[in-house]
Amino acid sequence: MSDAKAVADRLVKAKRLNALLTPPKDLRKSLLAQAAAARPTGVLYGMPVAVKDNICTLEFTTTCGSKILEGYQSPYEATAITKLKAAGALIAGKTNCDEFAMGSSTEYSAYGRVVHPLDKTRVPGGSSGGSAALVAAGVVPAALGSETGGSVRQPAAFCGVVGIKPTYGRVSRYGLVAFGSSLDQIGVFGRSVHDAARVLSVISGRDPRDATCEDRDPLRLPTVPESLQGFVIGLPREYFPPELDPAVRRACDRAIRMMKELGAAVREVSLPHTPYAVPTYYVIAPAEASSNLARYDGVRYGPRFDGNTDLRGLYRATRGQGFGPEVRRRILVGTYVLSAGYYDAYYRRAQQMRALIAQDFRNVFDRGVDLLFTPTVPSPAFKAGEKLSDPIAMYMSDIFTVTANLAGLPAISLPIGRVKGLPIGGQLIGQAFLEDEMLEAAYALERVVPATDDA
Amino acid sequence: MSWETVIGLETHVQLRTKSKMFCGCSTAFGAPPNTQVCPICLGLPGALPSANGAAIGLAVRGALALGCTVHPRSIFARKNYFYPDLPKGYQISQFDQPLATNGTLAFNSPERGSVNATIVRLHLEEDAGKSIHDRFAKGTAVDLNRAGVPLIEIVGGPDLRSPAEARAYLLTLKQLLEYLGISDCDMEKGSLRVDANVSVRRAGESSLNTRTEVKNINSFAFVEKALTVERDRQIALVESGGSVTQQTMLYDAKENGVRPQRSKEESHDYRYFPEPDLPPLVLSPEFVAEQQGELPELPAQKRERFVASYGLSREHATVIASTRAVADYFETVAKTSAEPQAAANWVMTEALADAKDHDDQLRVSPAALSQIIGLVKGGTLSNQAAKRVFAEVAAKSGDPRSVAESLGLIQVADANVVTGWVTDVLGAHAPEVGRYRKGETKLMAFFVGQVMRASKGKADPKLAQRVLEEKLASPSPS
Repeated sequence: MSDAKAVADRLVKAKRLNALLTPPKDLRKSLLAQAAAARPTGVLYGMPVAVKDNICTLEFTTTCGSKILEGYQSPYEATAITKLKAAGALIAGKTNCDEFAMGSSTEYSAYGRVVHPLDKTRVPGGSSGGSAALVAAGVVPAALGSETGGSVRQPAAFCGVVGIKPTYGRVSRYGLVAFGSSLDQIGVFGRSVHDAARVLSVISGRDPRDATCEDRDPLRLPTVPESLQGFVIGLPREYFPPELDPAVRRACDRAIRMMKELGAAVREVSLPHTPYAVPTYYVIAPAEASSNLARYDGVRYGPRFDGNTDLRGLYRATRGQGFGPEVRRRILVGTYVLSAGYYDAYYRRAQQMRALIAQDFRNVFDRGVDLLFTPTVPSPAFKAGEKLSDPIAMYMSDIFTVTANLAGLPAISLPIGRVKGLPIGGQLIGQAFLEDEMLEAAYALERVVPATDDA
Repeated sequence: MSWETVIGLETHVQLRTKSKMFCGCSTAFGAPPNTQVCPICLGLPGALPSANGAAIGLAVRGALALGCTVHPRSIFARKNYFYPDLPKGYQISQFDQPLATNGTLAFNSPERGSVNATIVRLHLEEDAGKSIHDRFAKGTAVDLNRAGVPLIEIVGGPDLRSPAEARAYLLTLKQLLEYLGISDCDMEKGSLRVDANVSVRRAGESSLNTRTEVKNINSFAFVEKALTVERDRQIALVESGGSVTQQTMLYDAKENGVRPQRSKEESHDYRYFPEPDLPPLVLSPEFVAEQQGELPELPAQKRERFVASYGLSREHATVIASTRAVADYFETVAKTSAEPQAAANWVMTEALADAKDHDDQLRVSPAALSQIIGLVKGGTLSNQAAKRVFAEVAAKSGDPRSVAESLGLIQVADANVVTGWVTDVLGAHAPEVGRYRKGETKLMAFFVGQVMRASKGKADPKLAQRVLEEKLASPSPS
């Protein structure tokens, strides 16, 4: 199959983005072998799909963008990968990401930052920045990323591609290296809603190896609707604050107008606990991360630093040198909020707040709203280095995306315009396990919105 | 001044399942190191646990047998700490919402008689691997075959008042769990492990004083010893004006002493939180009822039934009912022989003695023992001969009657033959015959014994006595 060779050539050419962690030679060899073995009857036959480096594959190493897993070869593959291969897709290498998916700019990779495909001074977003950049650069039609707080939708918005985060429990997490287990989901990037949706459909569905994966059939793709007649779309006022970037606001207003023109009823709604979402997220996600990342101790796999000292010395050296600064920061925060004496003040309260945030969404959906529309990120892609010294500013980049993770809801980001050449993303948030409705609206909006025109 | 000891035991019991708690790996004991492992129990990146339904069923049975309230919804939690034999850096356990709470274990205290000890809680968890410190000169080796093996932890209340009582409690608990068939309860193989919380107080006090936790009690034989050592240490400490510090003490069986665990090894803040990889454990009433239905009759119930329906003495019933295999054995023999009393006597003497010397195996089948009992009852075998037949069948198996025949033990009930032996015996013991005739009739037992001896056990003792009585009643032999 000539495609595999062409894909390999394109992937190698995109080297300047630093989006791919797989060495070109390995990639070429593997792609040709995979193409030869792929099932011609599969619904994704021959489709190259790049995979974020925190999803285990047999074809390539899985490092999670971390030194602590440098060279790590998983002896098994993620369920999502098995499903992709069964559908005939080609695993087109592993993509660069923020270390253990912790970050919003893909600057926190041990293997260097990923460059925005449209502006080399800017970040592609993160943490799945490598996957987003490769799709945006036209190297692959689709890629897998992962979401804990917006790590697919935010880079999709920054890079001008489609990014879907499914309902928690829609896609098996087996083989996705855990960050915040109660929030993590594998997500999909595509050049179009359809490309992303068909990959999502393939990887979705029950898996006995993930107890949190729902016992449901794979997602069925909706057809592209003629109109949005009958859809009630809510605009949560907390997502349109006065300080919102004017260009982002203009792009959103235009998209809203177009959805109305398609027949949708648009209604302002309120999700009152939204201001607490980022703090809540930054208690729960680090808490789970501090436990999930405890296994990287240099004892069983991965590099071992300074192994000649005693046990504590081994732990200290391996974890101190193996993890980068953001990961260490979150492990410390997470350890702190779970500690005796602090658990009630932080972790328990965050869980209570999480329940209130989820209830906000249910209240709105119970009153007849089908979907919510919001900006995906408050601003277009920022400059590399701009937010590295200010973690809080970096965290605020997730302000409109973390809520869907906290509430376990499906959400999609799609390009709705540009400002000074930089893409702007609009987000649709759907009801749990109603991805089909969300995708219908996304299809309709995608068809009419001038995604590459300035707003 | 007299002292009272307060002890509560935390018992870890390995459940008898084929596969581990959260993956499909085998739980078989003794495999080469690190051969029963997979991405899940190795804690490899991306692997996720799935709970083993069989283990949950066994845990529920244990909880029901201990009279616990089994909660329809319980939560798995992560217990976080670093150790090389803990592959994920946390153990999946249960914390503030355990599987079951609030049960009792009735046991017989050597000092206080019947005691109802509180079972505070019973929860499910996975085992850690094994660190092997003495195998290689230059470091510690880790075997993860045991990592992920299902355990229940049974936390008893501070209801035990002496080391001997703690031992009795543990023995009763062990018997109960073995009865249920949910664990091997083999302390030497680590399938039953016990930690003890110990404190002392002046007799008459009701408050609880500072306790220590005694660990590393690796054998049943050490339970009482370890607790006695720790109790004596605490009493001596307090009597000399000191006070007990809350700490973990490790028992050293070689020295029969305890030493505090190094502070480095303890005082963890485990940072428990609900395990996000596993949904709450929800048990339907049907599932719990099904497990209830799987419960065998428990030792205490069985004991009472044996007394009531077979007329066994309480002592015999207690011993026989305490082990499920022995109880089942007894009951089969009692039913097939229709001689429950004889069955109990045989089990209590020959059968248990033989089993004790042969790895607890009951080597004579219930059918064979029933036959032996029948042969005694029918006068074919004397008691003495029957014991020889039993021993022979135990060692070599075979049909008891054929064995008896081939050993020439079939009882002789031919009056002529017996009369011959009687005549010989009376002839050889003229002085005793004289004394008997003067009224010393208790010598009859002696004569019967001599006839049995002369006949090598083959004479029917009843017939022998009758002939003896006849001969001794008539005047001097002419």
